Amino acid sequence: MPPDPSSVTDDPASLARRVADGDLSAVSAALNRIDDDRPANREAVLALLDALEGGRHGARIGVTGAPGSGKSTLLDALVSRLHTEGRSVGILAVDPSSQRTGGALLGDRMRLGSAAREAGVFLRSLAARDQLGGLSEITGASLDVLSAAFDLVFVETVGVGQSEAGVTDLVETLIFVAQPASGDLIQFMKAGILEWPDIFFVNKSDLGGRAERTVAELRAGLTLGHRRDPGFEPPVLAGSARDGVGIDELIAAIDAHQAYLKASGQGGIRRREGRIARARTAIVWRYGRFGLARLGGEGVIEARVDAHPGVSIERIIHDLGREIEHAFATPSGD
Amino acid sequence: MSRSAPRRDRPWMIRTYSGHSSAKASNALYRSNLAKGQTGLSVAFDLPTQTGYDSDHPLARGEVGKVGVPICHIDDMQRLFEGIPLDKMNTSMTINATAAWLLSLYIATAERQGKDPKALTGTTQNDIIKEYLSRGTFVFPPEASMRLTSEIVSYTVDSVPKWNPINICSYHLQEAGATPVQEIAFAMANAITVLDRVREIGEVDDETLARIFGRISFFLNAGIRFIEEMCKCRAMTQLWEEIGRERYGITNEKMLRLRYGVQVNSLGLTEAQPENNIVRIALEALGVTLSKRARTRSLQLPAWNEALGLPRPWDQQLSLRTQQILAYETDLLEYEDLFDGSHVVEKLTSELLSAAREELDRVLDMGGAVTAVENAYMKQRLVESHTARLRAIESGELTVVGVNAFQETVESPLVAGGSDAILKVDESAEREQIESLEAFRKRRNTDEVTRALRQLEDAIKNGNNIMPPSIEAAKAGVTTGEWSQVLRDLFGEYRAPTGVAAVPITDEALASEEIRRVRARVDEVSRRLGRRLKILVGKPGLDGHSNGAEQIAVKARDVGMEVVYDGIRLTPDEIVQSARDEGVHVIGLSILSGSHGVLVVDVVDKLREAGLGDIPVVVGGIIPEDDAEALIKAGVRRVYTPKDFDLTRIMDEIVELVSELNAA
Repeated sequence: MPPDPSSVTDDPASLARRVADGDLSAVSAALNRIDDDRPANREAVLALLDALEGGRHGARIGVTGAPGSGKSTLLDALVSRLHTEGRSVGILAVDPSSQRTGGALLGDRMRLGSAAREAGVFLRSLAARDQLGGLSEITGASLDVLSAAFDLVFVETVGVGQSEAGVTDLVETLIFVAQPASGDLIQFMKAGILEWPDIFFVNKSDLGGRAERTVAELRAGLTLGHRRDPGFEPPVLAGSARDGVGIDELIAAIDAHQAYLKASGQGGIRRREGRIARARTAIVWRYGRFGLARLGGEGVIEARVDAHPGVSIERIIHDLGREIEHAFATPSGD
Repeated sequence: MSRSAPRRDRPWMIRTYSGHSSAKASNALYRSNLAKGQTGLSVAFDLPTQTGYDSDHPLARGEVGKVGVPICHIDDMQRLFEGIPLDKMNTSMTINATAAWLLSLYIATAERQGKDPKALTGTTQNDIIKEYLSRGTFVFPPEASMRLTSEIVSYTVDSVPKWNPINICSYHLQEAGATPVQEIAFAMANAITVLDRVREIGEVDDETLARIFGRISFFLNAGIRFIEEMCKCRAMTQLWEEIGRERYGITNEKMLRLRYGVQVNSLGLTEAQPENNIVRIALEALGVTLSKRARTRSLQLPAWNEALGLPRPWDQQLSLRTQQILAYETDLLEYEDLFDGSHVVEKLTSELLSAAREELDRVLDMGGAVTAVENAYMKQRLVESHTARLRAIESGELTVVGVNAFQETVESPLVAGGSDAILKVDESAEREQIESLEAFRKRRNTDEVTRALRQLEDAIKNGNNIMPPSIEAAKAGVTTGEWSQVLRDLFGEYRAPTGVAAVPITDEALASEEIRRVRARVDEVSRRLGRRLKILVGKPGLDGHSNGAEQIAVKARDVGMEVVYDGIRLTPDEIVQSARDEGVHVIGLSILSGSHGVLVVDVVDKLREAGLGDIPVVVGGIIPEDDAEALIKAGVRRVYTPKDFDLTRIMDEIVELVSELNAA
C-alpha cells in the first residue's frame, strides 16, 4: 500500500536488517507492519518480530508521571542531551484513545522542542486502543521494533495508576516524574505505585522549598514501602527540565541502573518476567481465565518462554493461542 | 426645527490595519491613507518580524512582506515613517513577542527625527497571553514573556508617558471562537495577571499604579450579533471599573475608564457572496459606536474580500469610507447614550457581567492567566466554543446568509475578475528586502553592534529593564534577528499546548447522521488498510492562526481517525519527518499567511525526496483560485478554502481519497 511500500516489498529479514541499521524509513515501515491486523499478514508480522528478536536490544526506559508533571519537557531535554553524546534515541508516546469512535488525537502531549526535532529523534505516537488507560499489545511489539534500531528507547505514558504495573513488563528502567507539592504523591503511595520506579525525578526544582520537601517525602516513603527489587536503591533526583538542570545526573542514573541490571543478572530476570507477563496478559485478554486454564495454567507459558529464548513473544503468544483454539474445538473428554 | 449644526462628539480614531512588501511600499500606503482622511496608523508587521527573525532566516522563507511589513533594523523603521512626524502621529503596532524591540526602534527613529519620546502617542499590542491562545506569534515561555511585558509597562509609564504599553486583546479570542462571556472574562484575567506582575516587580506606589492602570487599553472584537456585542462592551466597562476600585484601590475616575479599540470580526466574513461582507462590516461597526457610554476609542474595519486573499488599496478605502459615513454623515455622534434606562440592554448587560465574573473567578482561582495557559484550560474552552459554533453552522442552526442559507446567487461583478479582485504581493519583495538587509549589515559598525548586544545580555541577566539597552541596540544597528537571538538564548523557546486532545466528543457529534456515516466509512477503510486511518494535520510556516487546523484535528478524531497534530510553526522538514515517523496515510496542511506557494510545494517536494511521495497531501487556507490550480499541478490532491465550511464533508472526501489510492 502506498504510504509504506516497503511493508509489501521487503521480506522480513531484509526489513529487520534495515531496522537494525537505524534506517528510519524502515523503522516506520516495520511499525506500520506490526500494526497491521489483517490475518493474511500475520505470518509476515511474526517473521519480522522473530528476525528482530535475534538482533540487538537497546535500553528500554519508561517515563511516567501525572499530567502536568513535565514529562514531555523532560524527555525533550533528555533526548537532546543524549543526541549530542552521539547516542541514537527513539520515543514511543502512548495516548489515551477514544473508546467511543476509535479516533484519537495523538502527539499533543508529547511536544518535542526544536533541538530534538532538528536532531532527528524518532517519535511515534500510539493510541492505547483496546485497554482503557493501559497499554495495548501493540505497545510491546512497537518497543521491540524500536529497541532493535536505537541505543535508547523511551516510552511515555500518563501515570493513572494501573498502567505503571503494565509498563514495567515492557521496560527495564522506569522513571517516575513527580511534581512538587501536587498532592499526587500521597495518592501514588496509597496506590502502591512507588514500588515500581527505578529512578525518581522531582521536576520543577526552581520551586525551591516545595521541591525539597517532595524529595524528602519520597525518600521517606521509599524506606517504608515494599520495593520491586530490594537489591537496588532507587535514586531520588531533583532538577528542572525547563532549565536543563539535573539532566546530566538523570542520564548518569539511567546508565547506572542499566549497568546494575547487567552486573547483577537482574536484567535477564526482568526480561524473562516481562515476556511471561506479556504473554499472560495477552492470553487472558483474548481467551479469558478459562482459556488460560484450558492451556494448562501459567506454568505452560513460563515453560514455553524458557524453551524459546530467541523467538519473539508475539510468536509464542500466537502459537499458544492456536493451541487454545484447537483445544476449544476439540471435546475435552470429561 | 433648526438645521444649524448640532454639537457633535469627536469621532473615534479612524485606522486601517495595513502594511506589506517593504518599508518603502508601506510608507506610500500610509501616506495615501492619511491623505484620504484616516486619522491614525495601524502597522501590520510580517511574521518573521513578529517572531524575531531577520528576513534572510530559513524560517522566514516565503513569509517576508506577506502579512505585513518586514522591519529588520532602524533604517527600515525610519523608511516606514518617512515624511510622517512621529510626535503628531498616533501609531498602533500589532507586535507582541518582539514588542520591546519594535518600540525601541520606534523611539530611536523618533529621536532621529528630532522628536522627544515623551511626545509619542500610540500602542504596542504587547499581549502575549492571547498569542498562546490564538494568534501564535509567541516566542518565549510564559514567565519570560510576562517579564518583558511588565518591563515595557514600567518603562513607558515615565519615559513615554502617553504611550499605551499594552493592548489586552479579546479580539483574537473571539476569532478563536470565544463567546462574549469568555471574551470578557479571559481579557480581564489577562489584564489582572499583567497588573499583578507589574505591582510585584516594580515597588510601584499608589499614584504610579493608578497611572499604569489608566494606560492599559483593550482591543475588542465585534461580531454580527451587534446588540449583544454592544452590551458586551458595556459589561466590560463596568467590570474594569469594578476591578480598578476593588482589586487595585484606584479612585481617580479618569483612570478607571475602560479605553478600548476595535477591529470588527473577520471570523464571520464569508468567501461565498463576498459582497455581503460590506453589510456585515457596517453593522458590526455600528455595534461598537452606537452606545456613547461604551463607544470605541479607535476603529479598524477589515476589507470585504479578506476571505479571498489580501485586500487591495481600493478595498481598504471602502472600509475607511464606511467609518467616515458613520462618523461624519449620520447623526450618531449628536446624542447622549441612547440606551441608558433600556430594560433590555441593562438585563442583557448584567447577565453577561455575572457570567463573566464567574468565569473570571474560575481562572483566578486556578492561579491566573499564565496558569490557565500552561494547563490549557482557556485554550480548551475556546476550541470547544469554536467547535460548537461550526457544528451549528453545519446543522443550519446558525444562519449564515449565502453560506448555509440563501445560497442561490448570480455571479458577482466584484469578483468576476478572478485573481484581480485581490492584491498580489510582488514576489521580488523578499529578495529586495534581503539585499537591503545585507547592505545594512555591511555599512554598520560591527564593534558597536557587538557591544550593544553584550549590554543587552548583561541587562537581562542582571534583572534590569530591557528597554534602555534595546533602544541603544536599535541605534547601534542591531537587527531584529540578533536582538531576538539574545533573548532566545537566555529565555528559551516555548511550544504552547494545542488544547485539542482534551476536547470531549459530544453526544451531538455522535448523533449526527452524517458523522455516523463518515465514521462507518473510516472503519471500513481502516479494516482494508489493516490499521486505523491515520492523518497528520500540519501547520507549516510562521503563521500561528491555528483555529482551522484545530477544528480539522477535532473533526478527524470525531469521525474515527487517528490524528497527529503537533501544533504551529513547523518547517517542511519537520512535517516530512513527522509523516515518516508516524506512518500516516494522508497529510492535511493549513496555512493562512499567503505563503502556501512556497511552503506547501516545499512539503510535497521533500516528501517525494524522502520516498514518501505516495502520501496524499490536502491543503486548507485562504488560497486564491489561481494559486489553488498551481498547487494541484504541484501534486496537492485537494485545496479547501473558507467557503468549504462543512468539515464533515471535507473528512468524507479525505476518506474517499485514501480509499481510492489504496484500492486493491
